[in-house]
Amino acid sequence: MTFSGALSVALPELILSVGILALLVVGAFVGDKGTRPVALGAGLVLVTSAAAACFGPQGAAFNNGFVEDQAAVFAKVVIYLVSAVGLIIAEPWLKRVNGSRFEYPILVLLAALGMGMMVSAGNLISLYIGVELQSLALYVLAAFRRDDPRASEAGLKYFILGALSSGILLYGASLIYGFAGSTRFTDIAAAVQSGAGTGLIFGLVFLICGIAFKVSAAPFHMWTPDVYEGAPTAVVAFLTAGPKLAGMVLFARALANGFPGAVEQWRQVLIAIALISMLWGAFAGLAQTNLKRLWAYSSIANVGYALVGLASGTQEGVQAMLVFMTLYIIDVTGFFACLVALSRDGRPMETFEDMAGLFKERPGVAAAMTIFSLSALGMPPFSGFWGKVYVFKAAAAANLQWLAAIGLLSSVVAAFYYLRLIKTMWFDPTRGTTDASPLDARGVAFVAAAFSFPVVMPALALIDPLSKAAASAFGLN
Amino acid sequence: MTGILSLTTFAPLIGALLILAFKQFAPKSDVARNARWIALLTTLVTLALSILVVAGFDTSQPGMQFTENLPWFGGVSYRMGVDGISVLLVLLTAFLMPLSIVASWAPIKDRVAEYMIAFLVLETLMIGAFLAMDLIVFYIFFEGTLVPMFLIIGIWGGKNRVYAAYKFFLYTLAGSVLMLAAILTMAGIAGTTSIPELMAYHFAPGVQIWLWLAFFASFAVKMPMWPVHTWLPDAHVEAPTAGSVILAGVLLKLGGYGFLRFSLPMFPYASAYFTPLVFALSVIAIIYTSLVAFRQTDMKKLIAYSSVAHMGFVTMGIFSGNIQGIQGALFQMLSHGVISGALFLCVGVVYDRMHTREIAFYGGLVTRMPWYAATFLLFTMGNVGLPGTSGFVGEFLTMTGAYGVSTTTALFAATGVILSAVYALTLYRRVVFGEMVNPKLAAITDLDWREVATFAPLIAGALILGVYPHLVTDVTASSVNRLIDLWRAGAPG
Repeated sequence: MTFSGALSVALPELILSVGILALLVVGAFVGDKGTRPVALGAGLVLVTSAAAACFGPQGAAFNNGFVEDQAAVFAKVVIYLVSAVGLIIAEPWLKRVNGSRFEYPILVLLAALGMGMMVSAGNLISLYIGVELQSLALYVLAAFRRDDPRASEAGLKYFILGALSSGILLYGASLIYGFAGSTRFTDIAAAVQSGAGTGLIFGLVFLICGIAFKVSAAPFHMWTPDVYEGAPTAVVAFLTAGPKLAGMVLFARALANGFPGAVEQWRQVLIAIALISMLWGAFAGLAQTNLKRLWAYSSIANVGYALVGLASGTQEGVQAMLVFMTLYIIDVTGFFACLVALSRDGRPMETFEDMAGLFKERPGVAAAMTIFSLSALGMPPFSGFWGKVYVFKAAAAANLQWLAAIGLLSSVVAAFYYLRLIKTMWFDPTRGTTDASPLDARGVAFVAAAFSFPVVMPALALIDPLSKAAASAFGLN
Repeated sequence: MTGILSLTTFAPLIGALLILAFKQFAPKSDVARNARWIALLTTLVTLALSILVVAGFDTSQPGMQFTENLPWFGGVSYRMGVDGISVLLVLLTAFLMPLSIVASWAPIKDRVAEYMIAFLVLETLMIGAFLAMDLIVFYIFFEGTLVPMFLIIGIWGGKNRVYAAYKFFLYTLAGSVLMLAAILTMAGIAGTTSIPELMAYHFAPGVQIWLWLAFFASFAVKMPMWPVHTWLPDAHVEAPTAGSVILAGVLLKLGGYGFLRFSLPMFPYASAYFTPLVFALSVIAIIYTSLVAFRQTDMKKLIAYSSVAHMGFVTMGIFSGNIQGIQGALFQMLSHGVISGALFLCVGVVYDRMHTREIAFYGGLVTRMPWYAATFLLFTMGNVGLPGTSGFVGEFLTMTGAYGVSTTTALFAATGVILSAVYALTLYRRVVFGEMVNPKLAAITDLDWREVATFAPLIAGALILGVYPHLVTDVTASSVNRLIDLWRAGAPG
């Protein structure tokens, strides 16, 4: 491939990079009063990149280090759009809490660029660069309100544990490189084919642990509840959506492209991680009183479900994972948009107690949160149900009925805390009036709720073939 | 008449949207009145539509009628169809709904619009569950019923409503997720989720056992069968009157319908294999819950336990696998829908006046409420299974059916008939007869015109079905025969 051809393959990321640099210059000159134009520009850049990913050329560029295929396109479109939505929630919110700074949209763009690299990674180097770029931007975002001790604590925790996991990831990558003699996934796949030695499998397990940390799968989830609780809600809305999908696609990328000959080996690890995540997410969530912490455990459980799809080791399983994550991140964005929209006497409403009788106070927001809870619970016909149908169907087809049954039963345990939220909002007496909720966050919440039900039902006819094409790019059978 | 099934299913949903629209745009003071009338009209239209379906139904044809098929995604299609097994259950649902709305007319004063919306959505889901001919679509409707019922119990229920709502939801959910696992496994093995195609598909015996157990977990909870019935008394006691009517009248029937639609034709080997288990559980349910019912001090709880006992007859009839048993089970489901619904309304009548359901609180009502006493007597007799009421036919047929398979089972079940007389007549005696000791009862009034209007159709239903059971058995016969053929073809020996 010629250099210009390679550049055109990486067009979405180039647009992002140029956009970041340009906006940084604008911001540096205009200062914090230019936050809104910079945010608008960032949104525009994200949408343009999504469009470029959609319509641009595909192929493997830079010596197979960067892969733009159906899967990458699918993931990028979702990630860039959901990041743009994250900006819609966050920017006005920052203004309201007097934390408006022009770096915010730029950090979001940087994280998005990292995610784009992750889903397009063709070798261990681009994998690591993508992960680090994304993580570093997220660390800063988590501590973005630097005058708030809770946010600083969250950022610091996130950074230290994240650095540890990056170390594990890097260690695994170096082992794999040492035993396979190359960083390219295609070469690693060939090395595995000719006999996967202990060293390679060792490296593989480290690699899996490192990525599992990034997607907050148990037992590598410890940072999640603390970071979710401490970080500003609008930031959580962003960091629980795109990065999760990027991490899962990276999982599929590394395992399916790098270790197609060792499916049986990595399946075992993924099954164990999925099992622990589903159970831990369900049981530990029962004790939570803070909704942000609760949704952290919910996200651990949901990553567990998505990993069940991946653990099937089939193309159907990868497709299930893609559909599940896409539907899930729309839900979770909507849920955090609701939390952003709600405040009482200027104080954010984050606990069960705060939500008491919300239905009488704000029927619209309460209805949206009910939809997201039911969807996360896996109630038909909400979108979360369809994700579960895909995942567990793939698991059943791969002879993992027992895992599907345990997963579904753990969702019954988790049902209790989702119901508890619904109960608090609908059955309990109200605790006084709430502040007027801003239109932006409410709008995002309503659109996401409308997607969760009923739009998802006709939309599945569209998502199904797209995700199928995306999954076929990984070349599993 | 293609499309009439979807129309019947979604007509209540349209009504619910109308209520929502009126709530938004009409004057605030009229919200409750608008909601009540729209709900009543919608349920009446749905009733008319379902009568049209029954009128156009060809009783000689065993297969699906009025079928609709709309491809959706990934092999799932929106398929609808009706046969002899489901058609009368749809009619029962549409018949009980307007009565429930009328019964909630005065007692429900808080959040009326939301209440009516919950009921209408519930009606859509129940009718859809009976009509869906695709496993995934069925599961959506089946499982979806939990949400409106959860809200109905939790918002408009009694003192202990939150506990009862949780218990109802989690119990049923735990059962149905196992069914979902089975559904997804079946979709993987057979490559289709179409119910008619799956009926023709032969699963390997070893697989059938697991699939049957998973479906059983769901339907046994829904039914409910002993020992997973404990959610039902709580749910009934806490639910508002109309919620109890729909719960006992229709939602429990989803379990029996599930056995007839899925367990028997799709897993005949496993069904035959597990028949002794089901018989044992049914007999325990009939005898044990009858005895438990006798000890209750709360009227609603007593009737709830009696429901469990009567559902024991249904499961026993279904798994006897002969024409009497299955016809009897279907008949019993319809009859129980009418009678238990009416009994819960009877409790509701005195509860609305006195705000207690303690049996000991009442006594001697016959002196102040003669019409009520007569109505209550009729349905108590129906509950006992007096010949001439619909209760008799179902119990008689199911026992005949079971007698053909297992004499012991029929024998034990027959004692249940005696026990039901014991608890039902005791309840009646303590509430209606005797001296009126409690001074608070002195001012109690007899049925008003609205209550008469609710009871009249139920009285007619209980008597007509009891005197002329052919109305039901003629409609169901050919489908039941085909079901028995499928069972015989797949069962061992």
